[in-house]
Amino acid sequence: MMHSILSGDFPRSRVLTGLLIAIFIGLALGPFLFGGTVAFRTMGLICVFIIVVASYDLMLGYTHVVSFAHLMFFGFGAYGVAMALDAMGSNFTAIFVGLGASLALSVVVALLLGLLSLRVKAIFFALVTLAIAFAFMVLVNQLYFITGGEDGMRVAVPRELGPAFRMDDTWTGFSLVGWLWGVITNPLAVAEVTREAFFDVRMNGRLLMYYVTFVLATGLFLFMLRLVNSPFGKVLLAIRENEFRAEALGYRTVYYRTAVVVIASMLATVGGVLFALVTRYITPESTLDFELAVFVLLMCVIGGMGTLYGSVVGATVFLIAQNYLQDLLGGVSDWMEAMPLLHYVAGLFGADRWLLWFGVLFVLSVYFFPTGIVGQLRTWAAERERRRQGKAVAEGETAEQTG
Amino acid sequence: MATGKPVLESRNLTINFGGHIAVNEVSCAFAPGTLTSIVGPNGAGKTTWFNLISGQLKPTSGEVLLHGEDISRLSAPARADKGLGRAFQLTNLFPNLTVLENCRLAVGSRDSMGYNFWSLDAKRQAVTDRAMEYLRQVRLEHRADYVVSGLPHGDQRKLEVGLLLALEPEVFMFDEPTAGMSVDEVPVILDLIADIKKRQDKVVLLVEHKMDVVRSLSDRIVVLHNGELVADGDPAEVISSPVVQEAYLGIPQDEAESA
Repeated sequence: MMHSILSGDFPRSRVLTGLLIAIFIGLALGPFLFGGTVAFRTMGLICVFIIVVASYDLMLGYTHVVSFAHLMFFGFGAYGVAMALDAMGSNFTAIFVGLGASLALSVVVALLLGLLSLRVKAIFFALVTLAIAFAFMVLVNQLYFITGGEDGMRVAVPRELGPAFRMDDTWTGFSLVGWLWGVITNPLAVAEVTREAFFDVRMNGRLLMYYVTFVLATGLFLFMLRLVNSPFGKVLLAIRENEFRAEALGYRTVYYRTAVVVIASMLATVGGVLFALVTRYITPESTLDFELAVFVLLMCVIGGMGTLYGSVVGATVFLIAQNYLQDLLGGVSDWMEAMPLLHYVAGLFGADRWLLWFGVLFVLSVYFFPTGIVGQLRTWAAERERRRQGKAVAEGETAEQTG
Repeated sequence: MATGKPVLESRNLTINFGGHIAVNEVSCAFAPGTLTSIVGPNGAGKTTWFNLISGQLKPTSGEVLLHGEDISRLSAPARADKGLGRAFQLTNLFPNLTVLENCRLAVGSRDSMGYNFWSLDAKRQAVTDRAMEYLRQVRLEHRADYVVSGLPHGDQRKLEVGLLLALEPEVFMFDEPTAGMSVDEVPVILDLIADIKKRQDKVVLLVEHKMDVVRSLSDRIVVLHNGELVADGDPAEVISSPVVQEAYLGIPQDEAESA
């Protein structure tokens, strides 16, 4: 059963299995475990970006197609659904029209990009995609009368997916982080801390939208896992490893490359639609910015390229760092301000310096774990297994000699 | 020499790299059941000629005919589909995949299952079985789960040959298959090539430097020099021809006779 759900592609590391289960449970029960709007928003973004990063990994990690236009397809989805809702009113038909239209546009543009890769290879292909993505961003900025330009667009979601839609009375959540923090800082008042950890969860349309996103992210991730373990996926690996030889074996690599660009782009489009519906406000900066394209690349690399599980871990780690490293650094900075001598360097730890520290962490992680978190965990697990087997063999030999 | 309608023909094949004519008007036809060795000094254009035949390069002029059909404009994968199989001189494998995965890719390309997005590749037991059979033929079955980049050079060479066998082509093109192999590994590969020849319906082309190998296996020898075909015929005749001896193989006649 698990074998067919995961397409036989198991995490192959106990730590990774634990991590993935923790992420899955954290996202599945998240609204009831972490209170607050920041946490709710972060979880929604993690679900969306798992789709975007995993689909990017199909190209980058599995086929070695470097594209900077991935977020353009994300933007097609986000703007497609926002514009459809704007033009047709806040109803579900508009959502499906927006989704359908942006998917159709994605397929056409991705096909053209894929065919372009027949003529333009490797780094030149990457540069061309960068230019196309940039052109699209400029277009969105300039066509302010339909896209809102730099100010962005409010996404008028149907009432059923917004906060005004009440399904039930409030349910009760239990704030895990708050409780742990309370127990650590105030261990004598466990009863009080426990009582305070309960919070109200409003059963409204936003929660419904979150679960739609979560279910779609899970489903699409499993679909991609199936894809990379299909015969098609094996050909992608062959192209990554040695495209010349794959051709000599009779694989028409341009078809496969085009197919993977089309599939990945469609998935990114779905990600964009979900992003617009979850955040209900989109700007060129939040959907198309070059910085965001680099972030997607970072999530992919930190998690581990060529391992789809890496995109789950990478997206989660990155988005948590992005949303909470600032708070953490702000705390460190405040503490340092109050200290003698240390207050001179407190500025280095300001909340707005999070990207600097994240950069340092990134350089260190790439240096020490070039295969990403997942790649490294798998290497360690394989080494342990080998040592265990070696030991078993050695013991067997001693037993033979003594026996 | 076995006779029969030629399967493969190189007709006036020429390629010109910015003024340097690497292969010049080479014409030659190959019948099934024959093994033809292509010899010549380094830089004679042997590998370039192979690239023209198997589609890695497109000729400046001339044609490649397979069963009388002009395939000069077809891409390398299209020619592979039509039965032209190629092994490379410089080892050219999928380095971060296992030996078995490499071989499965070669086997799988024959059944165009690559466009299957949904079924699980690992469950294609028939492909695995066939791949293991070819690995057994090149004596690599015990290495099936090794990652290729960590294999000794000789084993990589054997896998290179294994991939070509797994393609089950009609025309086998070996480019120095035994280069860099240890002495005790060479006979395994030579036996395999001899077996292909015995099947009578395959064309075998072999680029090889070791003259003893050439002499023992070949039905025919073609000599290339500076991109031109300078001799073509019976092995004994070609090898002993003084022109070939002195000018093109660089071996003084008395030494070659004593060898």
